[in-house]
Amino acid sequence: MPLSAEPSWMSCEVSTGTTIMAVEFEGGVVIGSDSRVSAGQSVVNRVMNKLSRLHDNVYCALSGSAADAQAVADIVDYQLDLHSIDMGGLPLVKAAANMVKDISYKYKEEMVAHLIVAGWDKSKGGQVYGTLGGMLIRQPFAVGGSGSTYIYGYVDSAYKKNMTKDDCHTFVSNAVSLAMNRDGSSGGVIYMVTITEKGTEEKVILGNELPQFFDD
Amino acid sequence: MCSIGIGYDLSASTFSPDGRVFQVEYAMKAVENSSTAIGIRCKDGIIFGVEMLVLSKLYEEGSNKRMLNIDRHVGMAVAGLLADVRSLAESAREEVSNFRSNYGHDIPLKHLLDRVAMYVHAYMFGCSFMLGSYDEDDGAQLYMVDPSGVSYGYWGCAIGKAKQAAKTEIEKLQMKDMACRELVREVAKIIYIVHDEVKDKAFELELSWVGEVTNGRHEFVPRDIKEEAEKYAKESLE
Repeated sequence: MPLSAEPSWMSCEVSTGTTIMAVEFEGGVVIGSDSRVSAGQSVVNRVMNKLSRLHDNVYCALSGSAADAQAVADIVDYQLDLHSIDMGGLPLVKAAANMVKDISYKYKEEMVAHLIVAGWDKSKGGQVYGTLGGMLIRQPFAVGGSGSTYIYGYVDSAYKKNMTKDDCHTFVSNAVSLAMNRDGSSGGVIYMVTITEKGTEEKVILGNELPQFFDD
Repeated sequence: MCSIGIGYDLSASTFSPDGRVFQVEYAMKAVENSSTAIGIRCKDGIIFGVEMLVLSKLYEEGSNKRMLNIDRHVGMAVAGLLADVRSLAESAREEVSNFRSNYGHDIPLKHLLDRVAMYVHAYMFGCSFMLGSYDEDDGAQLYMVDPSGVSYGYWGCAIGKAKQAAKTEIEKLQMKDMACRELVREVAKIIYIVHDEVKDKAFELELSWVGEVTNGRHEFVPRDIKEEAEKYAKESLE
């Protein structure tokens, strides 16, 4: 019999199992996530906001190890603070994504984290960048996290070009909701942030307000 | 204003009793000994023109260019000690390269300018230079840095021995309403006007531009356009 029988969740990596998603529209982006943080089979936080502010006009969505993802987001938040003062204005989304990508690539062996970077800037409007594994790729929409595997079919069929802001809200809330239904590591509420020229709007969709689908 | 500041002129960190830094003034004199370079900003780009004095018939045509690329989209035209210029251009290029590596996009000219001007201020360089670029977001921009490290944005500026005469000619132009293709001829004409036939003999005209006409890349003006501009310049002098 072991001297201290510690519960398994205390030795498991705290992971933002997760479903995260971002989509571009004319004039901005919508970025969304679930809110479940798990350590093994235990849910250690059911209301975590995985959408992290990198700057007023750029947010990122965190997935993978909670510590690794937060560390990267904190570093880039700090670097962007200095960079934007140096440049005398809002940073380009591409610059923020580049900084996330550099860290993700440099430490790719030591870290398990994927951040989707999305925002709005004057130069190219709404942009979504995936940084999985330390790459940098702009996409019309991106999904990530363990829950994303369950919704590739849905997002590929439901995505249409030239969606409006409201269409994007529906798209993101439907997709994240479906993923939360199937992925054990995703659940809770849906956090959504909409970033446009005018600024950011944050929204929470509570459990009882989630879009309902076939659920036996 | 010309004076020697004996006793207060050995270091760039020494002020004279009347508040001047003589080393900086001496550096500016080095620039004034160099032949003229002008830069003009128009509505869709920047044109640089340099009077390249040919000191010997044995020189290969086109060596020791005084227009350089700091990046694809940033051009530099210089006057002063060429060796100092090369070293400075190298540092500026590193700055641009690091920025691109860190932030994934072309460096905005204003930011590059601040960095290079700080560098010039920290170390003494016997040269003045103009930086120009054109992009869709910020349009055409032209700046000049002098040996003190001070920089200004310009619609038109001149450096080198005939800068006063060149400035007078530049002021006559309505550059804000002109496009690069028209302005090229005027730049050539100004260089021909300010060139001193008596004191300096042969010269070559160098022209470069960056603007909508080059898709934002800084390049030497193509030979046919340059020849046409020179023809216009020579004819206006008659």
